[in-house]
Amino acid sequence: MTENLRGKVAIAGVGQAGLGKAEGFTELEILAQAAHAAVADAGLQMRDIDGLATASVLAPMWAMPVIEYLGIKPAFIDSTMLGGSSFVAHLMPAIHALTSGECNAVLVCYGSTQRTSSVSRKVIAGVRRDFDPQPYEYPYEPLNPLSTYAMAAARHMHEYGTTRENLADVVVAARAWARLNPEAQRRDPLTREEVLAAKMVSDPLSALDCCMVNDGAAAFVLVRADHARDLPNPAIHVLGNATRVFARQGSSLPSLTETAAVASGQEAFRMAGVSPSEIDVAEVYDAFSINTILFLEDLGFCPKGEGGRFVADGGIAPGGRLPVNTNGGGLSCIHPGMYGAFIMIEAVRQLRGTCGDRQVAGAELALVHGNGGTLSSQSTAILGTASAV
Amino acid sequence: MGPQAEYFDHLARGQFRIQRCDDCASAVFYPRTHCPECGGGLSWVEPAGTGVVYSATIIRQAPERGGDYGVALIDLAEGVRMMARIIDCAPEDVRIGMPVSYAGIGSNADTILYRPGDAT
Ligand SMILES: [Zn+2]
Repeated sequence: MTENLRGKVAIAGVGQAGLGKAEGFTELEILAQAAHAAVADAGLQMRDIDGLATASVLAPMWAMPVIEYLGIKPAFIDSTMLGGSSFVAHLMPAIHALTSGECNAVLVCYGSTQRTSSVSRKVIAGVRRDFDPQPYEYPYEPLNPLSTYAMAAARHMHEYGTTRENLADVVVAARAWARLNPEAQRRDPLTREEVLAAKMVSDPLSALDCCMVNDGAAAFVLVRADHARDLPNPAIHVLGNATRVFARQGSSLPSLTETAAVASGQEAFRMAGVSPSEIDVAEVYDAFSINTILFLEDLGFCPKGEGGRFVADGGIAPGGRLPVNTNGGGLSCIHPGMYGAFIMIEAVRQLRGTCGDRQVAGAELALVHGNGGTLSSQSTAILGTASAV
Repeated sequence: MGPQAEYFDHLARGQFRIQRCDDCASAVFYPRTHCPECGGGLSWVEPAGTGVVYSATIIRQAPERGGDYGVALIDLAEGVRMMARIIDCAPEDVRIGMPVSYAGIGSNADTILYRPGDAT
């Protein structure tokens, strides 16, 4: 019955901070900068925030320092940690809390300084080995998360004839969009040949098939739709959202070529009452080039196995058949450990029509798809302008 | 002793064992307390030792850091999938769909080795 919640909640404000390198700043500091920017963008004060959703790569009790730092006293608190999809998955619990009257304004926020942090990723990997054990994978030393995505790519090539050229075309399309986005971290021209010539890291994925490691913080504010109408920015409504997890480890997933995004996507589209062909712009979590192909298939933009051909030769680049990852994606715009909040913001900006050179003309319906872990968590959201409600 | 400790205890004694459900007969890997299909009890069984490569990758690493090495996912004849190491075969020569057979336990008693071919 989630269709009763369709369009009942809207995103009223968005904010970002510390994109790229936040030298000398802590995670909480750039998170707070993004949070204040989002609250101001919503036309609200921090004291209006009475709901919080957040998650951290490192800190298991993260909601508490965030509450303390921001000086808020939220009635609704969600710190569900599903990896990078978390900030898309935070939508539905927040929708329930807002529509039930448990709270009136939910701040969803994230910040990471993993690029400039003094804690190396090697130390983090060591801690994770002890605190988040995977005794049936770690002894083989997969370079995770990358190696699981690499094995998904290899299997997709085997089953469907997808090629490294197809993967490279995903990377080139992301770069072409990034070149239109002043905030994007990688903006140099890039060709298919350069991607194919890049250093292999975990076959068949090269260094350029992988997302960046940046600092960055992102936040957005959710309110009930009737409240959003009185706020300064155009309300961007949440029309559908669903989250699915089938397993944590790649070796335990039922398939590496068909993910739980099939289920999360079907439910999000059903709730929203729209179909993939109606989507104007899609922001899908591209931690690695294969992700974009997998999710375009799983979400119904093309049949299973056709993703390589769908993205080939500029299919998802500016001027292609579908605008995908219009900020430049995790591959070329920004990727601070968990990227889910950033795709939400890009979708909101496209629907507000404020994207400048990369604006998709007349965009009214956007799909956001978050992924977490090693293809482990999948969360799909359909967002729309007031006219789409 | 829990099923995880039992699994590694088997490995330390040179025995590779997976589980089988007492109720629905599903093969189960990795080891658990209850069958994830039906909730039934589980018993240890010796797998047939044959499988097929589901997928594989080569992790590229400088020679001074140990050089390249392969990681594979194997679909066992019993119907479960596991991560494994393939030996007696260069990582570049591992193919998806390739039949493999059980080849023993790694030196730290925490990995399972397979080699190309049907023969056990
Ligand atoms: Zn069973």
